[in-house]
Amino acid sequence: MSAVFEQIFQVGFLAAIIRIATPLAFATLGEMFSERAGVLNLGIEGIMLLSAMTGFTATSLSGSLWLGVLVAVLTGMLMGALHALFTVALGLSQHVCGIGVTLFSSGLAYFLYRLIFGQQSVPPSIKGFETLPVPVLSSLPVLGPAVFNQFALVYMAILAIPLAAFVLYRTPWGLSVRMVGENPRAADSAGVSVIATRFQAVILGGALMGLAGAFLSMAQFNAFTFGVVSGRGWVAIALVVFGRWDPWRSAGAALLFAFVDALQLRMQASGLGHIPYEAFLMLPFIFTIVAMAVMSRNAVAPSALLKPFRREER
Amino acid sequence: MPALLIEMRGITKSFGAVKANEAVDLSVAPGEILGLLGENGAGKTTLMNVLFGAYAPDAGEILIQGQPVRISSSADALAAGIGMVHQHFHLAPRLTVLENLLIGISGRSGRIDRAGGLGRLAEIGRQHGLTLDPDLPVSALSVGEQQRLEIVKALFRGAKLLILDEPTAVLAPTEVDGLFSALRSMAAQGLGIIFISHKLNEVRALTHRCTVLRHGRVAGRVDDPANTTSAAMAQLMCGHEIVPPARGASTPGGAVLTLDGISTSRHSGTALRDVSLAVRAGEILGIAGVSGNGQRALAEVISGVRVPDAGQMTIAGQKVSRYSPREVQALGLGRIPEDRMTTGLVTNLPLADSMVLPRIGTAAFSSRGLLKPDAIRAFAEAQIKAYDIRCPGPMTRAGALSGGNLQKALLARELAFDPKVLIVSQPTRGLDIGAARFIHEKFLDMRAKGCGIIVIGEDLEELLVLCDRIAVMYEGRIAGTLDSADATVARLGLMMTGAEGHS
Repeated sequence: MSAVFEQIFQVGFLAAIIRIATPLAFATLGEMFSERAGVLNLGIEGIMLLSAMTGFTATSLSGSLWLGVLVAVLTGMLMGALHALFTVALGLSQHVCGIGVTLFSSGLAYFLYRLIFGQQSVPPSIKGFETLPVPVLSSLPVLGPAVFNQFALVYMAILAIPLAAFVLYRTPWGLSVRMVGENPRAADSAGVSVIATRFQAVILGGALMGLAGAFLSMAQFNAFTFGVVSGRGWVAIALVVFGRWDPWRSAGAALLFAFVDALQLRMQASGLGHIPYEAFLMLPFIFTIVAMAVMSRNAVAPSALLKPFRREER
Repeated sequence: MPALLIEMRGITKSFGAVKANEAVDLSVAPGEILGLLGENGAGKTTLMNVLFGAYAPDAGEILIQGQPVRISSSADALAAGIGMVHQHFHLAPRLTVLENLLIGISGRSGRIDRAGGLGRLAEIGRQHGLTLDPDLPVSALSVGEQQRLEIVKALFRGAKLLILDEPTAVLAPTEVDGLFSALRSMAAQGLGIIFISHKLNEVRALTHRCTVLRHGRVAGRVDDPANTTSAAMAQLMCGHEIVPPARGASTPGGAVLTLDGISTSRHSGTALRDVSLAVRAGEILGIAGVSGNGQRALAEVISGVRVPDAGQMTIAGQKVSRYSPREVQALGLGRIPEDRMTTGLVTNLPLADSMVLPRIGTAAFSSRGLLKPDAIRAFAEAQIKAYDIRCPGPMTRAGALSGGNLQKALLARELAFDPKVLIVSQPTRGLDIGAARFIHEKFLDMRAKGCGIIVIGEDLEELLVLCDRIAVMYEGRIAGTLDSADATVARLGLMMTGAEGHS
């Protein structure tokens, strides 16, 4: 048994956790910004998928990875704007529109992918991001190879966490976001445009979801498949609740989920083969449900979440 | 005469066919406190929303210090120096006092200017005696403190004109005194204040001048409110003389409702602690108190919605054992809940359905598990006629009725079954004088017929007119009970803050 554990807990395992956590961290932060402004974005799953596709395609056609990332981010922002148009400007149901955005984005992703690449027996792939060791830091013991010998997008995710916290808690714009998510009427009477602030927050959220999609198709798998997102968007929605709508806690939640996911991957690969691998696959999701049930009992959602804001109401 | 701080000329605003404001003129000079009076629906709130940029007027102009301005958003209003304290506070409960103040204020080099905000808050505290702890979340503040925060918020943004929409509705009498002295200090320093209220004694005590609205138009102006009688002002508001209902002498019978040592757990809101009281037949008992001192729990226990942890309750001599709404109703209790819209009726269903809801399972309205739609409709139609409920018919969506008509409907629903005890919370909140008058008369009729009535209310004047005895609740206890002959607003006010106890 100890051999199994040794096999599991090694430097590679830590590196895997960080890698798995990266798209989840982007997606969770994106969903968090949107929800802090009062807009639930159930379009996240589809937005990630479409961004993964457009980013992959742009890179595949141009050969430039960063152009691909840019296209993925722009795709996320565009779909965020679409969701905001329905839910913020028109004040429609956030649940229905979110599901709609996911269905539309997924359908569009499949359709465009087929249109551009046709049906090929071996799916096309790109030469994705390569690891970029950080000078000096990467030679630290354990932490060096695990954290500082990663893709550039991983470093971006790590930097995005304190940045998100700073923007949310220390800037006037972040205060506006929190206020429109708690009491839009208060923000409105203080001269803050609720509609504009919510649009901005949902679009910023979309950009982060786009980065999550880009990471999947351009760093993790280096190809676009229809299962490339496989529920990570839905998980992010749960992680936002688990993280109580706070950037640090949300990122922590992503890391914890990634730990369980990495663990089950190792368990699949190690000598526990007599258990069907599907059982291991379930572990992170069971963990999510249990963690949600335990941790989110006292979590309080932004008061104005799901509530559209209309001005001249009588 | 100094230049006018603000002048509204010929303001007209319609909502569909309804003219909410028609050619309204209003002005405030620096240092002046203007009272804006009017019944519900007279157009006070619409007028102020026009001034604050929430509604665009159809006609008319607004001048600030002699200059015409266009105010099309609250941001414009704030920039023009107009601050508004809404009746329902515009605060985010989970954010701190300082965060609520700094919202919408551009920071310093992209960051929130905390030091600057703290400095400004301290300065306002010194100037007007309005102090607040900057780092407390708003949810930890009392209602009075939240109102103070709203005022500070307006001053924080450099307001020269402050609009307060019914600010005293939520305050205890002692808090009202504090508010008034702060407002007087602000006026003394040159601020203009518009004070919206329908409490005439407060308007007379505070304001320098009044504008009275009726049906959207200016019905009159009062230049010397302190020396004008309330009756004269009430007449301006309603267009006709208002005679308060006379509460004749009555000889109460035996107790129809008794509470003996009732206590509840602190599950939601203030818990009851050892509450004992009795209501006799043919008596109106008032329950006074600042909201949040256990009135809700008391109403819920008596209505059978909440089960007490200890103590006993009897209705018409019968011991209440199960505390279900159905049980207390069967024993002869009628209730009119505090919130017409949420616990009173179902706003999206036809009025007729809401009117039979508490008794929907009784033989009168259903048989063998099926509703009797004709009986329900006939009942509703009869009540609509008897109580002059203004609506297109029994199948109208209940939420479409005005507050006064809804309250009549709720009253009709209970009184049709001749309750032995009636419990009512805030019977006339949000109603205009005419509708309130109607409700009061009905209560007095029921009293004459030998019904025992409990009125839970925050309006002391109303309780003094209506009730035979008044009990005051403070922190979940009965702080004391007074015969209304011995009670005054001042004395009740002291008891409401726990300063004086009587039994």
